Amino acid sequence: MISLPEPAHPVDLLRFNTCGSVDDGKSTLIGRLLYDSKSLMEDQLQALERSADITGGGHINLANLTDGLRAEREQGITIDVAYRYFATPHRKFIIADTPGHVQYTRNMVTGASSANLSIVLVDARQGVIEQSRRHTSIASLLRIPHLVVAVNKMDLADWSERRFREIRDEFETFLPRLDIKDVKFIPISALDGDNVVKPSRRMPWYGGPTLLHHLESVHIGSDWNLTGFRLPVQWVNRPENPSDPELHDFRGFSGQIAGGIVRVGQPVIHLPSRLCSRVREIHAADGPVDEAFCPQSVTLVLEDDLDISRGDMLAELDTPPGASAELHAKVCWMHPRPLQKGRKYLLKHTTQTVQAIVTSIENRLDFTDLEPEPAPSELALNDIGEIRLKTSQPLSFDGYASNRLTGSFILIEPGTNATAGAGMLFPPNELVKPEYADFAI
Amino acid sequence: MSTPVSPMQNYHIDHLEYLETEAIHVLREVAAEFERPALLFSGGKDSICLLRLAEKAFRPSAIPMPFLNIDTGHHFPELNAFRDRRAKELGAKLIIRKVEDAIARGIAIPSPGEVSRNRLQIPTLLAAIDEFQFDCCIGGARRDEEKARAKERFFSFRDSFGQWDPKNQRPEIWNLYNTRVNPGESMRAFPLSNWTEMDVWEYIRKEGLEVPSIYFSHPRCCVRRHGQWLPVNHLVPPKKGEQVAELTVRVRTIGDIISTGCVESPAVTVDDILAEIAAARVTERGSRADDKASEAAMEDRKKAGYF
Repeated sequence: MISLPEPAHPVDLLRFNTCGSVDDGKSTLIGRLLYDSKSLMEDQLQALERSADITGGGHINLANLTDGLRAEREQGITIDVAYRYFATPHRKFIIADTPGHVQYTRNMVTGASSANLSIVLVDARQGVIEQSRRHTSIASLLRIPHLVVAVNKMDLADWSERRFREIRDEFETFLPRLDIKDVKFIPISALDGDNVVKPSRRMPWYGGPTLLHHLESVHIGSDWNLTGFRLPVQWVNRPENPSDPELHDFRGFSGQIAGGIVRVGQPVIHLPSRLCSRVREIHAADGPVDEAFCPQSVTLVLEDDLDISRGDMLAELDTPPGASAELHAKVCWMHPRPLQKGRKYLLKHTTQTVQAIVTSIENRLDFTDLEPEPAPSELALNDIGEIRLKTSQPLSFDGYASNRLTGSFILIEPGTNATAGAGMLFPPNELVKPEYADFAI
Repeated sequence: MSTPVSPMQNYHIDHLEYLETEAIHVLREVAAEFERPALLFSGGKDSICLLRLAEKAFRPSAIPMPFLNIDTGHHFPELNAFRDRRAKELGAKLIIRKVEDAIARGIAIPSPGEVSRNRLQIPTLLAAIDEFQFDCCIGGARRDEEKARAKERFFSFRDSFGQWDPKNQRPEIWNLYNTRVNPGESMRAFPLSNWTEMDVWEYIRKEGLEVPSIYFSHPRCCVRRHGQWLPVNHLVPPKKGEQVAELTVRVRTIGDIISTGCVESPAVTVDDILAEIAAARVTERGSRADDKASEAAMEDRKKAGYF
């Protein structure tokens, strides 16, 4: 029996997504990562070999590993976000394989929204194209903390350092306009495996890490937001007919901490009432604790009996969120029916759903030069632009740049219930203040 | 506060804690957003984890929804006994709907010579959803199991026929789940979407969860068929010329007794199983004949309303 070594430290999790245009080799890259890190199993290889014999003229197509749906195999494309899992002794990984064709940009937003890191693939022969700029700016818009530009198909570019540098220089002309702090350029060949898991002997001029080594070592410890406590109330926990008489009066507020740290005894403000109380108990997954932090799921019990329901928020007093029914946001439009001024949607923000009306469309991003085009008549499928909205009730929110969870929302089309757009809020104009200014902390 | 806080180290969540908080978040969304949810509980390892997560999500309250199981009549007896006992221990309402009854009532119609109950689970499940007007069923499916599942959402929308439309799925962005359905439509929710087989066993170890005995190695009579060891029983009698071997085996994944392959294994503890998976060279569902039918077997079943 092979013994499993206990990891010396807790194994953490890196979520990343891959993006590039059609034929940039995304699926091949993922297949390569799985294959070379020995995360592929024999029956998966056999299934690949079977399809290679039938349709591939005997050549194994690593892309068939992730292209799971029939239409994808038939058309040789990836039509939806596919999730893949693998692990090394250092980390566990969740990959969102997101397609590159223009019409499926919404899937990239989906796959990237929860990622710590994005890999943008560039074909070494083609260099930077509109899709590269689009994918990079979406990663920036979503505030993905880490970016890797993988210059792929170096085998078809004579393993040329000069070509690699040209592409890097071209990227660096527009990177300063974006909000990405950590960018790494890696020359690879996904087909042959160079610099994916094993260092390439054919590119001795490259002294950096392989892609896998970078994925294993990039620092993600500070990717969660630990400032400004926020708990969107998800579910009110009131035991029905408890056998334990002590639970008759139990009233807890359950939710996933969306920012910061909460401690027993800490004053908190309830929104929208702006009434204050203190935390009496914190119940975490394994029972009562003295403190809890983002992104743990907890149930809080307060000192005072406030009227609190789903959709409300409990927040820190020192660094409160803003509150407003007038919202200013960037949205990515995901529905064939365009967003237009005057249209009404349902807006889901944290745990509450309200009605919203589009009051103006300020601009639309042009991916050819990354400049905003002012006052467009509408935002079509896969467009990104700035809009203003008015909601039926004020929201308690933060700017997306400071908190991804309390600064984001989705728009739902009434009737069809389709998820039509993803929004990222600008910082609030005004922060909330407690109802009673003389409240003693 | 009773204990002083030391810096950073305390604010780290490891991968299991991450998967746990994500799953609890999904379970609470179901409880809060749906009127008549149900939790699909088979007694298998994934639904055992699901149950523990539900206990954690809602305590000190009880799990605020009934359990539902579709009994094919071809389940391993050990599994059903375990299922019934766990539901009783938790004081939960366990609803069982049988494929046999669905066949008798003409809800599920076997094709000539069809022995497997796998396909017939679909109309049985849909009839149960209709009977109780469930608007959301929580399942323990994981994306790493199979490549059609790899494309499915946490909240998987089903039309009024229970069908999954893989080309027209709702995007899921951040942790904002669009759970809205019109009357007659429903949702399947999969809190374990991001878990792997290894994560499930690590969680079983961490939580000290009890699992049915057939996951651990035991002696069993098997026959070799289509490259697998199938357990011999009244539905799988040895065919002419087949040698019955008494082996020390366990199951990695539990389906019906006619399609679940056993693997030879000396693993008698959860630690043994973890070590075995770490060294495994075939996937979990490599031992399930129902998935081997074709490249798109799972995709086709899900489109028809499968779990």
